[in-house]
Amino acid sequence: MSERRPLGVHAVLAVSSLLMVAPFAWQIVTSLKTLSSATAVPPTFLPEGRWDNYAKVFDLLPFGEQFLNTVVMSAGRVAGQVLFCSMAAYAFARLRFPGRNLLFGLFLSVLMVPPQLFVIPQYQIMSTLGWLNSLQAIIVPGLFSAFGVFLLRQFFLALPREIEEAARLDGAGPWRIYWSIMLPLARPGLVALAVLTLLWAWNDLFWPLVVNTDPERMTLSAGLAALQGQYQTDYPVLMAGSLIASLPVIAVFVFLQRQFIQGIAHTGTKG
Amino acid sequence: MSDGGGPARGSRAEALWGYAFIAPTGLGLAIFYLWPVLQTAYFSFTEWGPFGGHTWTGLANYTRLLGDPEVGRAVLNTLTYTALGLLGIPVAIVFAALLNRPGLRGVSLYRTAFFLPVVTMPVAVAMLWRWLYNGDYGLINQVLAVVGIDGPNWIADPATALYALVVVGIWSSVGYNLIIFLAGMQAIPKELYEAASMDGAGRVRQFFRITLPMVSPTAFFVSIVSVIGSLQLFDLVFVMTGSGKAARANPAYTRLQTVVQLFYERAFVTNDRGYAAAVVIALLVLIAVLTVLQFRLQRRWVHYV
Repeated sequence: MSERRPLGVHAVLAVSSLLMVAPFAWQIVTSLKTLSSATAVPPTFLPEGRWDNYAKVFDLLPFGEQFLNTVVMSAGRVAGQVLFCSMAAYAFARLRFPGRNLLFGLFLSVLMVPPQLFVIPQYQIMSTLGWLNSLQAIIVPGLFSAFGVFLLRQFFLALPREIEEAARLDGAGPWRIYWSIMLPLARPGLVALAVLTLLWAWNDLFWPLVVNTDPERMTLSAGLAALQGQYQTDYPVLMAGSLIASLPVIAVFVFLQRQFIQGIAHTGTKG
Repeated sequence: MSDGGGPARGSRAEALWGYAFIAPTGLGLAIFYLWPVLQTAYFSFTEWGPFGGHTWTGLANYTRLLGDPEVGRAVLNTLTYTALGLLGIPVAIVFAALLNRPGLRGVSLYRTAFFLPVVTMPVAVAMLWRWLYNGDYGLINQVLAVVGIDGPNWIADPATALYALVVVGIWSSVGYNLIIFLAGMQAIPKELYEAASMDGAGRVRQFFRITLPMVSPTAFFVSIVSVIGSLQLFDLVFVMTGSGKAARANPAYTRLQTVVQLFYERAFVTNDRGYAAAVVIALLVLIAVLTVLQFRLQRRWVHYV
């Protein structure tokens, strides 16, 4: 098409993109200032290299432990969901068994319920098991996901049946077909589920906040919220803490951008 | 003979495999999700003692809930936030349409900028905006001061707090919605645009005549999802106001408290879990009513081809 250059479009997009990222820039600048220069009027716009704000975050919080808790929780949830959801999704997409549609409907019904309805009884289960303030508490309920089953079932349904049939004729059982044929073929779906689960797990606040109240057992989300409660006004430290807490997922996003976007697009178009 | 028995035995084995495959997720969902829903419903008819244990009190929690001014305020705040949050949808549509322009360069750069808030931890987002909104030293008021405006203490001023929150909500979700709309727009057949431009329709006309009707099913989906999400608002408010006494020190607290935040306080701060259960059951009803309402209204504005 012979088009004139879309200068106006670029201008609008560039200005709004800048507005979108400006808060982050200000966060970085503030995190490198002293408290007195952060609260100077009029403001100064240059960062000052006060890296000790970052060190202070580690003094005020068991940040290392919380970081590790968040990594283990996220990794555990991702691994569990990718395995368990893909198994169930394969069964719902390909295997025939009595009650399949009813059970799938039951799985889907979980999606319709706001998650706050699960919290009180889940908390009681954790308390009965003696799991409050433990890694199990923040991992185990997150191993299961109706959304993941639904998402991956769509992927399995879209795969051609011929390869499976050939493997079946060669005498491969359902587990082998699932493990060595279907899983590799459904890789884009698995990656999409993995990145979305990672995003939600890393940023999760409500459940970790409720079950793990011991600072050493908190996740970053809950720990930061607690830090904010105590050091309400030390903005440079708060900005430093919030920056390093959100950076890992932002880094993963930058590397796996396409998979993130496809995952999100799938939740929309296949929903 | 063996042929007759084969398929039957084969399908029985297949059925067993099927159950085995769904067992982990099935049991997990039953224990941690389905059974808890029933338990929460039951708890909503009970009162909890200070040392655990609960007694059946019938509809007492629900009659209390209907007369509780705090619940009334929380519902009103949440509904206002939800309604205003829908303004993010046209914003996302417009930006998606701009990005969808054929042959536009730098799309992935712009998309990344819009998507950054989506992948940022909500707690961090809330802390960042609390700083930007700070009445004395916040960047927003400092910029306003340059043009001679004395900005309010945004999230501590009852007149502005909720709207300030809506802005943050839209800022952090517009990228997500934009991705969904972009996927929807890319699925629109190119021929429609070609035919329209043959007929002399300009870009703006094409947007209103083709793009908008064609993405209306996507907009319907996005509005369902974002209403459900907004009704569960918690993280932003929790970080901006905190909970308990400290939170109530914020003069705008009554304009910010949401249903889920109230649930959190009743369930885990004051340990009034029977009442908290009634609060989330009310939330479930609210979500169900608004979702059904949207499905009813969709005929008026959603175009299906």
